[in-house]
Order: sequence, then structure tokens, then C-alpha cells
Amino acid sequence: MDITNLTVHELQEKIKNKELTSREIVEAYNNKIEQKETEIQAFVTILGKEALEKAKEVDTKRANGEELGEFAGIPIGVKDNICTKGIKTTCSSKMLENFVSPYDATVMKKINAEHIITLGKLNMDEFAMGGSTEHSYFKTTKNPYNLNKVPGGSSGGSAAAVAAGMVPWALGSDTGGSIRQPASFCGVVGLKPTYGLVSRYGLVAFASSLDQIGPITKDVYDSALLLNIITGHDKKDTTSVEKGQIDYTKCLKNDVKGLKIGVPKEFFGEGINKEVKESLEKAIEKYKELGAIVEEISLDVAKYSLATYYIIACAEASSNLGRFDGIRYGHRAKEFSNLKELYKKSRSEGFGSEVKRRIILGTYVLSSGYYDAYYKKAQQVRTLVMQEFEKAFEKYDVILTPTSPTVAFDIGAKSNNPLEMYLSDICTVSVNIAGLPGISIPCGVDSQGMPIGMQLIGNKFCEETILNAAYTFEQEVKFRDNHKPKFKK
Amino acid sequence: MKMTREELLYIANLASLNLEENEIDNYLENLQDILNFADIVNNAKTDGLDVTVGANEGKNVFRKDEVEIFEDTKSLLQNAEEKEQNMFKIPKVIN
Repeated sequence: MDITNLTVHELQEKIKNKELTSREIVEAYNNKIEQKETEIQAFVTILGKEALEKAKEVDTKRANGEELGEFAGIPIGVKDNICTKGIKTTCSSKMLENFVSPYDATVMKKINAEHIITLGKLNMDEFAMGGSTEHSYFKTTKNPYNLNKVPGGSSGGSAAAVAAGMVPWALGSDTGGSIRQPASFCGVVGLKPTYGLVSRYGLVAFASSLDQIGPITKDVYDSALLLNIITGHDKKDTTSVEKGQIDYTKCLKNDVKGLKIGVPKEFFGEGINKEVKESLEKAIEKYKELGAIVEEISLDVAKYSLATYYIIACAEASSNLGRFDGIRYGHRAKEFSNLKELYKKSRSEGFGSEVKRRIILGTYVLSSGYYDAYYKKAQQVRTLVMQEFEKAFEKYDVILTPTSPTVAFDIGAKSNNPLEMYLSDICTVSVNIAGLPGISIPCGVDSQGMPIGMQLIGNKFCEETILNAAYTFEQEVKFRDNHKPKFKK
Repeated sequence: MKMTREELLYIANLASLNLEENEIDNYLENLQDILNFADIVNNAKTDGLDVTVGANEGKNVFRKDEVEIFEDTKSLLQNAEEKEQNMFKIPKVIN
């Protein structure tokens, strides 16, 4: 039995039946990381030794009959923009290369309260800005299905680590597709919850009105389990909602009879790769076979979503990243003659080129003379996008699209053309603009064996609907039984 | 809209960023591409529509203004490049 092939719910079962100890699980993952990290480059910080100590503690407590969380002793990987007390949180930036958070993010408090063991911090595009993880200051993570390809981004380290079996599950963050797109590229499951369902306290802010933390997992059941742990109202995040505790595994019924699925034609037009389109069409047929009612719809405002997203996200980023000034934390330039020079030099040295590009773009669209034409206009279009989704959800339970117009692309293919890189977010950004939940699950592979992702979008706080739709498809298609990463070039 | 070199430098200064000579041309080119692309929002019919600032309905969230003491000053100050007597040190700003 390869422990690192098991899902979290399988690990949990084996711990319960005394077939596995936490120590054995963590050791298996440590070995896997040792074998694979050189080629995958998923981690910014590896906590193998500390994790093993914690695993031994959990085993002792369990043997003594002490009260433990349901997932005690199971390891997790955490995207490196989620604050972890006493452990570096770098955002894969030179700016925060040595930053050690003095507190835990709310999601980490919840993870730690379950006695889940943090195995390491995972690589990402700097400050979550990018779709390939090539914008990390430290390293470029590779796609486990083909080491010449990107894992997607910005949560590329999280998706690659889960796909490669280096962590059983991981936390990512999603501002415009940063959980779903890498999940799609790496053949795993990525869920972006409804805005407000998961606390953002301790998530280093990129675009506050769009950011959400969510699970990246091997299967849909694990996604529901991790969602159970991280959701809940938090007084430290004013945008967090009071919903009461829901058990998201209860909705997984393996039945979509009568489910109304809308397929927006705009997401299948120009720019969508032929094999991606064919794979999605097969998935649609599968849903019909399973008894769902599938109809083509029009989401006309989709054509404005990407531009709207980049205006709003960059505007918010330029404001959020203003805090990095080299004074209390973060990179400080060595030579300066006055305070303004200290700010400017520290920021110019600490931020990478993509982050600077977005700060400049954001400052531009917020500046006098351009505010109305770009920022205010984008905020109005945001209203329009939300209204169009509201209308669609009056008739349909789920909206089905590709997660990305293509499969994972070659490393270096888009790194010199920012606009082309932005276009790979075209299917995912609307979900963040409208604050909706979206899940990406693998629906097939292309002729080169690269995973293709399907995105299921739900109405606000209807995670249960999309989780069940995803689960039902997964039980039928059994992607994990048929496809494994090849770790080849 | 066209972004000029002067405008780019003005904006970079507002954002407290220095741009190297070799960065300027590169940024000018791809920011122009991005802005041309972003202009599409101006085709959308938004007459009379409100702006959306957040994903959920805007309502104020109130709480009591209570002081909570964070005692671990050591872990706060460990991230500062320069400090003195439990304080962050910055260059002199008043002559």
C-alpha cells in the first residue's frame, strides 16, 4: 500500500481502524517529498522534522485516549500567503523572504485545533499574481504530469504537491481562479468557496473584495471535509458571514437526476482549445445520461469579465500592497538618504516585475482623470455581471464551463507576455467578480495525457449543489483510477 | 487611452516605485496592451447602475471598540530590519 496515494478520508479510516499511525503517514509523506521535491519544486518551506515530532505526539495522545480532532495526525500543505505563527510566510516574494508571522490565520487556528499537521508552505506566484507559478521569487514549480509544463497558478505549489502525492490535501487561495486553474492543470479538485464563507483573516491580501481561501484535494469528498473545517463566521473578518455549521459531506448523494445545468455558449467559443471543448462536451453528455437537464444559455457579460477583473484586482492590490514600505517588516533597502527613498528603494528591490506591473496598473486606474473611465466603470460592470448570474440562477442550479481554455502550457511560453497570461483566467474570473462558489474537477486528458478541468459554478452559498454535482460525475468517471502523474519531461 | 513615458514615471512615483531604464520601455508596451484590452468595459451598458464595491450586500458590521493587549512584542519586532528599545527605527524625518 502506498500511503501517499490514499485520500484523506481513506487515511482517516485507516487511523480509526488502527491500520496506520500518524507517524507512518508523516514518514511516508516525508519520503515522498524527499524523492520528488527536486523535480517538482512545490515547497518554499518544508517542515518534515517538526511534522514528525507532532505526529509522534498525536500517536501518544491517541494511545492514551486523549481527546483529539477528527483529522488528528493527518498532514496538510499550506499556500505561502496564509499566515502561520512562528513559520515563514513569504508570499513567494523577496519582500517577505524572512517574514515570520506573529499570529495564525483563522483557517490555521481551525486546522491546528483539529491537530492537523502542517507539512510545509507551498510555492505560488508572488503575492498570488499570476497563472503559472513562474512569478515566484524562489522557484518555478513543475507540473507532475509533465515536468516541462507549468502547474498553473497562483496556487501552483498546492496543486502540484497534491497531484504528486507530496501532501494529502492543501489550502490555496483564489482571487481570479488561483485555486481552480492550477487544480485543472494538475488533475486535482479545487474549490473556491462563496465570498464570505471562509475567513480571510491572516490571508495576505491581494484584492480583498475577491480573495477567498479554499481546499485543493485529491477528490470531492476530501474537498467537502476540508471545507467543513475552514468555514465559519469570524469577527476578525467583517466580510465573513454567519451561516451556521454545515456538514458538506451530507450533500454528496451521487445523484443529479433533475439537476438543471446551464452551459453558457460564450465559454465554448473562440480561444477554447479543441480537445478541451471535446472533453467538456463528453462531460455534458455524461450529465445528461445521469439524468440532469442540460441547456445552452447565454452569459453575454462574460466578455467584459476579464477586463473588469484586472481593473478591480489591480486597483485593490495597489492599495493593499502599499503597506510594504520596509519599516516594520518586509525587505528594507540598505542604502537611502531619506524616508521616501527608503520606501521607494525597498519596494523596488522587494517586488518582482509582475507585482510592480499590477501596482502601476492599479495606481493608474485609480488616479485622477482615469478613475471614472476604468475603476468606476468596472465597478458598474461588476454589478452587471452579478445581475446576469442572478438571472441565470433563477432557472439553473449549476453553470458548467471549462476551468481553463487550455491544458497546462509550457514553462516560459507566456512569461514575457502578461496579457496572454491574463487570458488564461478568462473562464474563472467571473466567479470572483460575482462572489460565487466554483469547483474544478478533472474531466479527462488531452492527447498528450495532460488533465482537462471542468468548472461547476453555483449560486451564492450553494456549495452543496456543486459539490454533489462534482461528486456524482467523479463517481462515474473515476479520473484518479485511470490517470496518474508521469513525472516525465 | 495612450500611456506616455512621463505618465508612467508619474504613476510609478505615486506608487513609490523606481523603474530602471530597461524596465520603462517594457512596462510602457505591455501596460498599453493591457489598457487597450481593458477599454472593452466602456462598451458595456451601465447607465443608471450602481457600483459594486464588495461581493456581498454592503452592510456595516459593528463591534465594541475594546482594547486587546497583544503581548508578544518580541515576535512583532523580530521582522523589523532596524529596531531600538522595542521600537521600529526609521531615518530622521524632522530636521
